[in-house]
Amino acid sequence: MNPILLIANKEIQESIRNRWVVALTCLLAIFALTLAFLGAAPTGLVKASALAVTVVSLSSLSIFLLPLIGLLLAYDAVVGEAERGTLALLLAYPVARWQVILGKFAGHVSILAFATVVGYGTAGLVVSIVSHSDAAWPSFALMIGSSVLLGAAFVAIGYVISVLAGDRGAGGGLAIGVWLLFVLIFDMMLLGVLVADQGRMITAGMVNWALLLNPADAYRLLNLAGTSDVRMFSGMSGLAQQVHFGVTSLLFVMALWVVVPLSTAVALFARREI
Amino acid sequence: MSLATIELAGVAKRFGAQVAVQGIDLSLQEGGCVGLVGHNGAGKSTLIKLMLGLLRPSAGTVRVLGEDPTGGASVRARREIGYLPDNVAFHPSMTGAETIGFYARLKREAPARGRALLQQVGLDEAARRRVGTYSKGMRQRLGFAQALLGHPRALLLDEPTTGLDPEFRLRFFGILADMRRAGTSVLLSSHALAELEGAVDRIVVIDHGRKLADGDIATLRAEAGLVPRLRASLANGQLPGWQQVAPGVFETSCPEPDILAFLKALPDKAGSVEILRPALDEVYAAILQGPQQNRGLGPSCAARFRVTAPAGPGESPGLRCRELHL
Repeated sequence: MNPILLIANKEIQESIRNRWVVALTCLLAIFALTLAFLGAAPTGLVKASALAVTVVSLSSLSIFLLPLIGLLLAYDAVVGEAERGTLALLLAYPVARWQVILGKFAGHVSILAFATVVGYGTAGLVVSIVSHSDAAWPSFALMIGSSVLLGAAFVAIGYVISVLAGDRGAGGGLAIGVWLLFVLIFDMMLLGVLVADQGRMITAGMVNWALLLNPADAYRLLNLAGTSDVRMFSGMSGLAQQVHFGVTSLLFVMALWVVVPLSTAVALFARREI
Repeated sequence: MSLATIELAGVAKRFGAQVAVQGIDLSLQEGGCVGLVGHNGAGKSTLIKLMLGLLRPSAGTVRVLGEDPTGGASVRARREIGYLPDNVAFHPSMTGAETIGFYARLKREAPARGRALLQQVGLDEAARRRVGTYSKGMRQRLGFAQALLGHPRALLLDEPTTGLDPEFRLRFFGILADMRRAGTSVLLSSHALAELEGAVDRIVVIDHGRKLADGDIATLRAEAGLVPRLRASLANGQLPGWQQVAPGVFETSCPEPDILAFLKALPDKAGSVEILRPALDEVYAAILQGPQQNRGLGPSCAARFRVTAPAGPGESPGLRCRELHL
């Protein structure tokens, strides 16, 4: 078997034994079902699609939750194995270092994808059965797919942290810092700059491009303003008129947020001494 | 003529201002077994990591099975390298069989080969148990089993006997002997010189990252300047020139080449004579202290004394020595 598949398989096997897979799937399913029923409760009165409202609720949750899960899965991948002593043994085998990173990535993203698809999918299925509405399924599917992509981007960022960190403690601290930066600080800083500028120098186009510098914002644009059946309920109809990027472009940007950190992690790991 | 499987020339490794190893030349031939001896932190594990390409040398060259271990081509060469790290660790939630199966597949071996190796190291009954429940010795056996995967041409074993019980330790050295007969080179690091006697054909002593000694055990004994002692036990009488260490017990030093001639010259009724060779730990301590002459009981007695004849009538019984004024 290919070493990448072997390492991916081992990561999945370990996560099943550690109850990571079960815990993640249950966590996402519970959050998704709670938000689906609480958030979609008034839809009967306003004739809105319950599934479309669920997309809005779940997207807002995913922006916080999936980057955190991705970073937690990944920050330990290199520095943790190095500290436990298992990495030196693995690298003494006929495995290239890029294969180790890609194998771990395949394993971690598989775990994340399984938890997201099953967790969110269960909620979507229950909502569509209860509310007899299935018009927003494409938006829901896009939300699930882009959530996996968002998680994958942060798994890749987590590997960069893991390769750079001197020990597990530093890696964990760095991961939390990166999470805060992307899900809170970045937007606050952008908002601060916009308020300070008062529309004198910064144009809407520049804001659009600036948002792409954060995978969480690219995800937000994609799911809250990207499709017509959702933007109405997300309060982003006004924003949608200002967004220059289509669904494909935003998906491409999110894919770049996976590829660039992953390549960086591979390049850094190739030079790291164990 | 046997080929070198591992070659280090002028190797140095520095971590910032700290020098881990310096000026190391070392070669290991097919079927050879070298013991790398040094105290904790002497640089043994650093040298092994340099051989595996886990560290890059700051100076000098490293070649393992003809390849630079940090280069891309070394990935294939690693199929023929077995490695047991110091304090080997495995994922605790995996069973022994799953663990060896994973490593077997990485070396393109069937998992059945892994199970056979578990049997060879006496872990077949514990194969279905999680590694987290294993004792230190069992983890070490599992580590040794994975190092044997892929019929390695070079075995790099870092402190392999730590935690092993005496029975398995014997079996361990037996397996190593079989591997060597099949042409595998073995590098064995240890901080206990004594356990390597009989198992290795060369010993390299490392201290503070520098090579202090390199040779077989007899050479190291000679380099250490330690001279064997002869202990004679007599019912009564004296041995002029010998040191009395207890009532009726006398000792003198005797260089290794002279022992046989010296013993032949001893009279039959002289009582018992023992040869006390310096223990390997004494040799190691002496090498670490640096070169000194005649660490035995003063100047060599065998050079100054020669036993000439059994005790004659009227003389006190025991050994009779005549001092030779050289």
